[in-house]
Amino acid sequence: MAQHANDSYYVPHSTKWPIIGSVGMALMMGSAAYWVNESSVAPWTFLAGALVLIYMMFGWFGEVIRESESGMYNSQVDTSFRMGMLWFIASEVMFFAAFFGALFYARVLAVPWLGGEGAGAFTNEILWQGYDAVWPTAGPEDLGGPFAVVPAFGVPFVNTLILLTSGLTVTLAHHALKKDDRTKLIGWLLATVALGFIFVALQIEEYIVAYQHLGLTLGSGIYGSTFFMLTGFHGMHVSLGAIMLAVIAIRAMRGHFKPEHHFGFEAVAWYWHFVDVVWLGLFIFVYVY
Amino acid sequence: MSMETTLSHDTPAHDDHHHDKPRGLARWLYTTNHKDIGTLYLVFSLLMFFIGGSMAMIIRAELFMPGLQLVEPEFFNQMTTMHALIMVFGAVMPAWVGFANWMLPMMIGAPDMALPRMNNWSFWILPFAFTMLLSTLFMDSGGPAAGWTLYPPLSLQGGQSFAFVVFAVHMMGISSIMGSINVIATILNLRAPGMTLLRMPLFVWTWLITAFLLIMVMPVLAGAVTMLLTDHFFGTSFFNAAGGGDPVMFQHIFWFFGHPEVYIMILPAFGVVSEIIPTFARKPLFGYSAMVYATASIAFLSFIVWAHHMFTVGMPLTGALFFMYATMLIAVPTGVKVFNWVSTMWKGSMTFETPMLFAIAFVVLFTIGGLSGLMLAIASVDLQYHDTYFVVAHFHYVLVPGSVFALMAGAYYWLPKWTGHMYSETWGKIHFWVSAISVNILFFPQHYLGLAGMPRRIPDYSTQFADFNMISSIGGFIFGASQLIFVGVIVHCVYKSRQKATAQVWEGAKGLEWTLPSPAPYHTFDTPPVIDETTIAHAHSRH
Ligand code: HEM
Ligand SMILES: [Cu+2]
Repeated sequence: MAQHANDSYYVPHSTKWPIIGSVGMALMMGSAAYWVNESSVAPWTFLAGALVLIYMMFGWFGEVIRESESGMYNSQVDTSFRMGMLWFIASEVMFFAAFFGALFYARVLAVPWLGGEGAGAFTNEILWQGYDAVWPTAGPEDLGGPFAVVPAFGVPFVNTLILLTSGLTVTLAHHALKKDDRTKLIGWLLATVALGFIFVALQIEEYIVAYQHLGLTLGSGIYGSTFFMLTGFHGMHVSLGAIMLAVIAIRAMRGHFKPEHHFGFEAVAWYWHFVDVVWLGLFIFVYVY
Repeated sequence: MSMETTLSHDTPAHDDHHHDKPRGLARWLYTTNHKDIGTLYLVFSLLMFFIGGSMAMIIRAELFMPGLQLVEPEFFNQMTTMHALIMVFGAVMPAWVGFANWMLPMMIGAPDMALPRMNNWSFWILPFAFTMLLSTLFMDSGGPAAGWTLYPPLSLQGGQSFAFVVFAVHMMGISSIMGSINVIATILNLRAPGMTLLRMPLFVWTWLITAFLLIMVMPVLAGAVTMLLTDHFFGTSFFNAAGGGDPVMFQHIFWFFGHPEVYIMILPAFGVVSEIIPTFARKPLFGYSAMVYATASIAFLSFIVWAHHMFTVGMPLTGALFFMYATMLIAVPTGVKVFNWVSTMWKGSMTFETPMLFAIAFVVLFTIGGLSGLMLAIASVDLQYHDTYFVVAHFHYVLVPGSVFALMAGAYYWLPKWTGHMYSETWGKIHFWVSAISVNILFFPQHYLGLAGMPRRIPDYSTQFADFNMISSIGGFIFGASQLIFVGVIVHCVYKSRQKATAQVWEGAKGLEWTLPSPAPYHTFDTPPVIDETTIAHAHSRH
């Protein structure tokens, strides 16, 4: 198996990008901490940190892309990249699992207990007599005031169709790439990017409606918390994925990728499928059920 | 399978190895070399060990006598919290990543780690993260003071510093995840031909499984602290019952991370000890494959025992029973390990160089920690032990003469390979004996304190606990001071020692890393090594 893979070990040069990334990240995280503590300069230093990080990504990925395009990577390097991406996605799955876990815990255990079920009999009796534990809820003290939920079969359903379609278009792009049909590749990629951004736009619209008309906010008790944190983190991932897809589309226009060798494309496609699957979980457990 | 292989940098030729090795600070900032990065990790973790250790000294000094002597209670709480965060995330975890960097490529016949640039980044996030964490001590609100477990609602009452702690933890998590991805890709993808999975040294196996644990649980910790952050600053109600949340939920999420986390700190220790004991017993490891399966079983079980930290919080009887039995089940694979270490030594021709002394002390003292863990696993009696010094004694037995002793054993074992020089055996032995005796003076009395009811995380205590606390503190000071010997031995070995190390270093050593010259060359294997019975560490096993 390893005959081809091992015939030339690749070890890169020393690199300045990681330390630049660390400076950017530290600036960003430190500023975020000052920001939540209401410092007025922090948003700007945060932005500066973000710009440093973006500069780092351009530099770092640019270097990798140049090396890749000039054929310096053998199949072993390719496999390392693939493993790296897959395990990165695994870690992302676990990040979402924590928030899904919080949702299930609240719905199955915490809220019924507050309503006096099982172990919670005394909490209910002593603190919140008469609290009727039904989902959705903003808790026994109705934090954030009354609210209505976003109906599943409106914008969210449309968004589901959009994301599913985008999963299809990215696959079509992949098939086109394998057949070396550049026009179709770029066309389907652009369609995917467009669908991604439409999804994000609709999601923003949904948030505006939630805040302005439904009374549903991040502060709407446990429902608002789980709703906005799950959909919010998902939305951030979609945005990131759409940006990455756009980069891939630009690279495709510049003639990057070969039918038999296009890890960058595949990595982003995997990522896209991952946000797709997370959305299905969201649609079912946050909106429908 | 035979093949000619070259190590290529930008050009396929490898005649100019030095061109990518800048000098001075730039070398360390920009390096993609696994040995440089390993050294960075190890030096960083040693520094953190002393910073966290100084905090422990402050705690033990305050506890030397009853009454409030030296520090304010608020500061005391900051010290216990910071001590733990620094020891766990800054000392022990990075130290193991340092070992992984140095040893994994050498042990599996790889040229370097699989993703060398990311490797650099994994390390260089840490100094920033810990600067941020430590800076909280100088803020108006002081550092975090709710314990390293960060339980709400208490942790949410911390001031300004809380956000810094959360973001520092995020950075540590990002670093750990990238480090683990690198470890997995290296082990699964860069093994030399013939280095089949069941021929890998145990240290490689234990790190593979550790990396898997890290990838599964660090993001969960990130989720947990993010929820704390939004509860604190953005009005969410994850842990607020008034809004339908539940503070106990935090404990579930935290310990879903937290229990695997303790195995993250101990599995590589199992690996190192499994390398050292065969060398100095001059016998192959007893039950190699059983060791692999035991490690995997422990890792699996570590995901389903978390609520043993929560027996006193209240849970349904079936829950308590489940978590109790699942926890006790871990004793089975762990027992397999201890049995196999002892059987490896059985009828071996043993010698007792410093690494072996630390390894044997590890087996004995870790087992004590494991047994007190079994006691804590019994739900009904944990109601008595929980949050007492019995717990402090338990986890320090597994962490200090456990993880930390294994780190020291590994450091002494591989120092000659790293530096090309022998360390001073006399001073190594002195370091061992002073540490081994003082660590027991330090932590053994805490078992009795706990059983007698002394709570943990308090700056003061009633007078009946005075004697044992004083003994414990004296042990603590000696243990703390004796670690300076360790630094002395290392500095001497690196800069002064004249005694050249051979390639094999130890008479009984087996495995790929010992086929390399000492010090190991900057780039490990230019060509994939031949893997046969003489170069695999566990040659007796049938494959
Ligand atoms: C020099 C050796 C050490 C000494 C003298 C020491 C001492 C202490 C003391 C006195 C406490 C406070 C107990 C309390 O008041 O509740 C403590 C807590 C703790 N230590 Fe250590 N320790 C040492 C090494 C370590 C190491 C190496 C680790 C981890 C790898 C560690 C992990 C912890 C943890 C997790 C806590 C719990 C903190 C909390 O309650 O939140 N310690 N230690
Ligand atoms: Cu545990």
